[in-house]
Amino acid sequence: MTHPFLFFQWLVEKLKFGYTSEQLADFGYFNHVTYAWATMAILILAGFLASRRLQKDPKGFQNFMEVVLEQIERLIGETMGSEGRAFFPVVATLALFILVSNLIALIPGFMPPTANPNTNLALALVVFLLTHAIGFKKHGLSYIKHFTGPIWWLIPLMLPIEIIGHLARPVSLTLRLFGNMYGHEVVLMVFLSLAPAIVPIPMMLMGILVAFIQAFVFTLLSMIYFAGALEEAH
Amino acid sequence: MDYFTWCIITAGAAMTLGVVPTALSQGMALKSALEGVARNPNASGKVLTTMLIGLAMIESLAIYVFVVAMIVLVANPFTDKVLQMLGAAH
Repeated sequence: MTHPFLFFQWLVEKLKFGYTSEQLADFGYFNHVTYAWATMAILILAGFLASRRLQKDPKGFQNFMEVVLEQIERLIGETMGSEGRAFFPVVATLALFILVSNLIALIPGFMPPTANPNTNLALALVVFLLTHAIGFKKHGLSYIKHFTGPIWWLIPLMLPIEIIGHLARPVSLTLRLFGNMYGHEVVLMVFLSLAPAIVPIPMMLMGILVAFIQAFVFTLLSMIYFAGALEEAH
Repeated sequence: MDYFTWCIITAGAAMTLGVVPTALSQGMALKSALEGVARNPNASGKVLTTMLIGLAMIESLAIYVFVVAMIVLVANPFTDKVLQMLGAAH
């Protein structure tokens, strides 16, 4: 199912940049990459605007960004404790990137990059690899005790279960975000083709809610995974 | 009936069967969380955060069903094989 109108695809097809028509046709497969770059541009611009004239008594946009980041930091403190403070950059980046890329769908001609499983798999793999990197860095080789269960003769039973459970994490993170965003897109497209006037508006409002909740859930789950890797094996 | 009709019927039935228990369990989770908040309003923040995670976990079951339904509808890996078999049978 292709999007009816995508701004960047239209722009590239108009301007052509000296590409052949085959290369331009291939461009349509990578719209999620284009829009992920657009999201990054928005975030970099926001960071630049917020920190351009730093004041001790923040006003306007700086105040807004400080409130947002303070909320994320408070959440990290609640779920991961004081040790989680070190992971503020990666968690805040994940949260802001997913939130902005979900909300970008509200602009006409933009698609959320999270409505493509590839973007989500990239994010989920970052979380998955970082979880185990944290675990090995914190506990050394005894991190393996996380996988072996409490009693030694249960190891043959617990090890496969734990490994499957850990491998299921990136899959479920990917599919949850992808399914929510893509499902919302599909529902909206069906409603727009059936009754374009007023009917899609409640679904769009639902979309804002879904965007916030899914960004929150992804961030919170990755924080819980990090916290699980940090704590001692029972 | 032809193959694509079966695909559509399968996807619709899967969505129905997948969504009904999900909706019921989400309602149960919401009910217990609200009861917990009513008993202890001070803990509302933590209870509602936990409830949101739980709701997302439950919802992901329905989302898996949706993904499978979309695969059956638009990107079915068995389409070529089935059409070949049907072509051979005719």
